[in-house]
Amino acid sequence: MNLHEYQAKQVLRGFGAPVSEGVALLTNADVDTALAALPGPVWVVKSQIHAGGRGKGRFKELGDDAKGGVRVSFSASQVRANVAEMLGNTLVTKQTGPAGKQVNRLYLEQGADIESELYLSILVNRESGKVSFVASTEGGMDIEGVAADTPEKIHTIDVEFDAGVDEVTAKRLVSAFELKGTAAAEGPGLFRTLYKAFVESDMSLLEVNPLVILKSGSLCVLDAKVSIDGNSLYRQPDLFALRDISEEDEKEIEASKHDLAYVALDGDIGCMVNGAGLAMATMDIIKLYGAEPANFLDVGGGATTEKVKAAFKIITADPNVKGILVNIFGGIMRCDVIAEGVVQAVKEVGLEVPLVVRLEGTKVEEGKKIIDDSDVNVVSAADLDDAAQKIVKAVEELR
Amino acid sequence: MSILIDKNTKVIVQGLTGKTATFHSEQALEYHASQMVAGVHPKKGGTNWVGAVNGGEVELPIFASVAEAKQSTGANASVIYVPPSGAGDAIIEAIDAEVPLIICITEGVPVLDMVRVKARLEKSDSRLVGPNCPGVLTPNECKIGIMPGSIFKRGSVGIVSRSGTLTYEAVFQTTNVGLGQTTAVGIGGDPVKGMEFIDVLELYLGDPETESMIMIGEIGGSAEEDAAQFLIDEARRGRNKPTVGFVAGRTAPPGRTMGHAGAVISGGKGGADDKIEALKAAGIAVSSSPAKLGETLVALLGK
Repeated sequence: MNLHEYQAKQVLRGFGAPVSEGVALLTNADVDTALAALPGPVWVVKSQIHAGGRGKGRFKELGDDAKGGVRVSFSASQVRANVAEMLGNTLVTKQTGPAGKQVNRLYLEQGADIESELYLSILVNRESGKVSFVASTEGGMDIEGVAADTPEKIHTIDVEFDAGVDEVTAKRLVSAFELKGTAAAEGPGLFRTLYKAFVESDMSLLEVNPLVILKSGSLCVLDAKVSIDGNSLYRQPDLFALRDISEEDEKEIEASKHDLAYVALDGDIGCMVNGAGLAMATMDIIKLYGAEPANFLDVGGGATTEKVKAAFKIITADPNVKGILVNIFGGIMRCDVIAEGVVQAVKEVGLEVPLVVRLEGTKVEEGKKIIDDSDVNVVSAADLDDAAQKIVKAVEELR
Repeated sequence: MSILIDKNTKVIVQGLTGKTATFHSEQALEYHASQMVAGVHPKKGGTNWVGAVNGGEVELPIFASVAEAKQSTGANASVIYVPPSGAGDAIIEAIDAEVPLIICITEGVPVLDMVRVKARLEKSDSRLVGPNCPGVLTPNECKIGIMPGSIFKRGSVGIVSRSGTLTYEAVFQTTNVGLGQTTAVGIGGDPVKGMEFIDVLELYLGDPETESMIMIGEIGGSAEEDAAQFLIDEARRGRNKPTVGFVAGRTAPPGRTMGHAGAVISGGKGGADDKIEALKAAGIAVSSSPAKLGETLVALLGK
């Protein structure tokens, strides 16, 4: 689960990290209160969407010469003008795709006197199985670009779980960032604070880009991107409450209510599969035969008839779906449960597109019988290859 | 021979008495010589579990701790069906009790709990499979976890996979083409886990009964690339077995987690195409379709 920048900073401030003062804005009317709380004379108005590249982004509704999604303002009237122009409009960045994202929230922040910009992130390093810092002196830039062009400028430093950020680790970080003077003195404390925030908040990613050295010599968290580990939300109720569902696809929100792993895609063949690997492989094989999947959907191992019904309804409600492929290899998941769910869902919501079903594994005969005995119009498939070819062909014939 | 488990493996079940653990323990007890010898439940020590097996009943003692269960039964493996919030501690309890093989089925374990587990695991001699995995099965001998026993056939192929249901595909297809399996290992879909591909491939390379291997990867991380490099290095030392590969997620969009917590392309890394190239460079026959794993292996062996 991703946090907005202003939420991430609120969390970090709670742990004692140096963060600029700022106020979140949900409506134009909030501007005066925000300005009263922030003395200026320089402010930054920042779009709050779950995507990077905001500064270089463009608003769809504004002209090409309009400024991007992060704007420095030198007077209160400039702040008001920027807020009026940004709030409610659609920001397109290199991470949002061409459709862009509507900016429903802004963050007004006190401007900072910046001497230099650094890059810091903390993440779970899956290769080492440890929490790692990633440190670079090349802050404020696209870190993937830095990694590609000048990999020697990126330092990955593992933290031993039992030791935390000890003296040796702190020293390595100070040296990786080439910190001097006040910043070098403040560094170890900041690294420990950020690490504590990461571990205690069950973050899977904390990215500070840039971490800045101010003209005063002090360090300051200028931007913050935080993802919380989805598996830990049960023990992070305060963070879970920060979830912004306006950032999510409606079908994905509905799927999450039923505990279904669902990802909306751009194609026209809906898929219902058990198991994440098989669900991905099913998407791949649809593509292999020349069509595009409309979604990823894993009904999971212990799905009930109700859950299968919910999954089927989410797929049929997608107007892009021109055909459906159900692919089940029953291990724990029983084929009869899947069949029953599909038949019941079709009875309730109807079926206007071709449906191909491939069942294999536990209770496969019972499952096939349920489908054969129903009056649902189903094309049966012998195996995954056969199933993919049949659904692709059926959809092509409709085109 | 086989790897990791056989008819002599004695298994304790952490979290037994729960519904999922009960169902799968009954299934395991029905599978050939599988020995489930005890359950562990911190609050139910001293009681007995009764399971329905082959039309009759089987009783297993429940112990309050893994250490007690191991001492009383001589168990050398443990399977964990504890819910996510307690799974990390359950693994650590098994490590502390020096259980040689620990298999964690639980899905949804917080990743930082696994970082804590991994730090402990490194200082021990225990092996961990999972979490978020279907377990391990050696045909006609021992089943630990949730794989459907009916699709297996004793044979010559060693299977290792990050995905549960794709493991079943590989098993089913190798059964259908008549090759059968020595062992199938589901290493699980989490980013931080116990055994990785190379740990399992190392065992298959050393197992005389395993004549060929199937390795099923997916997007995210670099375990497939590491495995490819490992096989290249081993081949130089003269250790080499025909291998078929598959990588799921060629059509997955970057930045989205595809069901498995570890199946995500992030920062331009972990894409399927890079992994497929790496596997091919290691001489692995990569199947373009998950439906053709068996066929591809037969063709490879026929050469």
